[in-house]
Amino acid sequence: MGIIASAEELERYREKLAAEAKPDLPTVLVCFGTGCQANGSRPVAEAFAGIIREQGLELDVNIGIKTTGCHGYCENGPLVALKPQGILYLKVKPEDVAEIVEETVKGGRVVERLAYQDKATSETIAQYSEIPFYKHQHRIALRNIGAIDPTDIDDYILAGGYAGLAKALGMEPDDIITEIERSGLRGRGGGGFPAGTKWRSCVAVKSDTRYVMCNGDEGDPGAFMDRSIMEGDPHSVIEGMIIGAFAVGAHQGYIYVRDEYPLAVKNLGSAIEAARSRGLLGDNILGSGFSFDIKISRGGGAFVCGESSALMRSVEGNVGEPRAKYIRSVERGLYDRPTVLNNVETWANVPEIMVKGADWYAALGTEKSKGTKVFSLVGKVNNTGLVEVPMGISIRELVEKIGGGIQGGKKFKAVQTGGPSGGCIPERLSDLPVDFDSLTEAGSMMGSGGIIVMDEETCMVDVARYFINFLVDESCGKCTPCRDGLPRMLDVLTAITEGRGREEDVALLEELCDLLTWGALCGLGTSAANPVLSTIRYFRDEYDAHIKEKRCPAGVCKALITYSIDAEACTGCMLCSKECPQGCITGERKKAHVIDAERCIRCGVCKDVCRYDAVRIS
Amino acid sequence: MIEAEKIDSIIDRYERSEECLLAILQDFQREFHYVPEEGMRRLSEVMGVPESKIYAMGTFYKALSLTPRGKHIIKVCTGTACHLKGAPQILETLERELGVKRNGTTADGEFTVECVNCVGACAMAPVTMVDEKYHGQTRPSKVMDIVKKQVEG
Repeated sequence: MGIIASAEELERYREKLAAEAKPDLPTVLVCFGTGCQANGSRPVAEAFAGIIREQGLELDVNIGIKTTGCHGYCENGPLVALKPQGILYLKVKPEDVAEIVEETVKGGRVVERLAYQDKATSETIAQYSEIPFYKHQHRIALRNIGAIDPTDIDDYILAGGYAGLAKALGMEPDDIITEIERSGLRGRGGGGFPAGTKWRSCVAVKSDTRYVMCNGDEGDPGAFMDRSIMEGDPHSVIEGMIIGAFAVGAHQGYIYVRDEYPLAVKNLGSAIEAARSRGLLGDNILGSGFSFDIKISRGGGAFVCGESSALMRSVEGNVGEPRAKYIRSVERGLYDRPTVLNNVETWANVPEIMVKGADWYAALGTEKSKGTKVFSLVGKVNNTGLVEVPMGISIRELVEKIGGGIQGGKKFKAVQTGGPSGGCIPERLSDLPVDFDSLTEAGSMMGSGGIIVMDEETCMVDVARYFINFLVDESCGKCTPCRDGLPRMLDVLTAITEGRGREEDVALLEELCDLLTWGALCGLGTSAANPVLSTIRYFRDEYDAHIKEKRCPAGVCKALITYSIDAEACTGCMLCSKECPQGCITGERKKAHVIDAERCIRCGVCKDVCRYDAVRIS
Repeated sequence: MIEAEKIDSIIDRYERSEECLLAILQDFQREFHYVPEEGMRRLSEVMGVPESKIYAMGTFYKALSLTPRGKHIIKVCTGTACHLKGAPQILETLERELGVKRNGTTADGEFTVECVNCVGACAMAPVTMVDEKYHGQTRPSKVMDIVKKQVEG
């Protein structure tokens, strides 16, 4: 198939693909997301291919193998899904493959040991859709991920791809913007600015050239949904951008991707090529007379480049420093032209809204935060990974129902949202609905959707110090409050975590926070106070314990803790004394060991290797 | 020795547009494990932009290094999830065992230990990357074995 010349031809092509597809054909789907590849999914796929060849199964059983994007449940990778049964197997190894082929593919039976086991009920759940991690999800932005091959445009078209674009090209650009406004779609990158309003402001500025851009510089630590979308369903982003470009009258687009995401760069690049070869990008798209193309720009590992004006400077080939935004980038953005910049997840929602309509989308979520949001549920929670749920779900539901509670039966302490611009929300507020406005009211923010779960062994002062350290590292140095204010805050927080805190330090931190909030040039600095202020607000007792009692209640801050061995629990296996880099653990075989606290460097190796949980921190 | 031909062949992959400066510098980094001075000078000449601008970019972007890096790059992810799950202990172990500080290179030029503010694989925290390979759920007691095993093949 070459160029698709019209919307009708696209539909006919889709029908042809559907007629050729065999939905009952047994299909093995091996996840090739970054997580699963690291866990060894490639050898698993090779093992399947080997067995199929060996047994000549292609001819009699007809197994298709597809390599897909991320299923989101990365911790349990490599993941293998089987169609038509709808079974999901976790932590599959090459040596399991023969059994899967024999039992499930040929015999239709479940291999119980590879299926999900509910930790609470010990129940085995083999059906993909019934696993609690997936059961409560509502996937829009992640609609195709894990089900289609991101390197095959036909797979995307078969799944309904480019139908939103075909519909949009038959509409008036103004009506498209109205549809996006009515859907209530807000920017998924952090700020939550209404996408439709942004598009309309762009159109309102007189200019001969406009641009649309995609922000794929996902920098918030703890969030990786954009990576997953760019790797697993690149066409959804491209389609969204073409619709946006048609609506605002842009002919050139840019996708700014972190260079740390090589697979995303590769899959986006090949998807753009494939779209061009089908006439979905380039001149006269689907015979509409509208022309548009996309370039990829790789980021250089600077967090501040996620900020709109810095990102645009970086694309132009400059140092990525932000500017003061008296004039917004939607009016004067890339090359000083009106520019719509939306985040990856925002663009991925657009085609679905075009197909299903604004009313359908607006019916999901809360009054002011419509639709669904992808969260990366990570940290000290049992089920970690990407989840997409309607806005307004409570923190507790996310952590307990989908996340399966805290690891190791520990106590749930807080969640951190919004990356370095966000804050920590304590367990007692976990009935709070997760939407743009509730999180901001609680002193945090949505950010790009990272939800980092913390337990009783997380020190909140250390968390505040961690984020300020991160920001010191990433501050571009252009404005004084950020360049000089952040290192001062880091000094104070470091002193507190090292037991050198003074009673007046909390007030000093609050003053510095105020300075940054009102004085910094861009979002990086103005939101930098959140991690500090939210931890002071909700965990003042921990600051006091560090300052007044020189004690770290969570047992994290190295200067304030000592390691010891519980003589009752120690079996005298000698492993810790062998591994201790200081050689400061002594004791005879089968007798309790002792740590020399003077020489101990608190590296944690003994606690890590102990199989009897006998190492204590106090 | 950096070959002038290699530098030119990288520059020639791209249009003569300032938009491509960062991509070219990144390709230098990938090819030579750092951005050589000869490369920056040549780029300035070919593109007709001041050397000072290229140098500013070279020092601004974290992905770029102006000094030679080790043969193997070990990246410790210091994203939030990794931090909570023990990234600081992993980093300390590597610093201690290899005798380097963060972002430093061992005296024999074999290893550079870098910190990355999130590699986007949080569900596998804590993550350590050796060259381009991801290792999830790394532990302080095991990280040196992982490095040795991969490097020695």
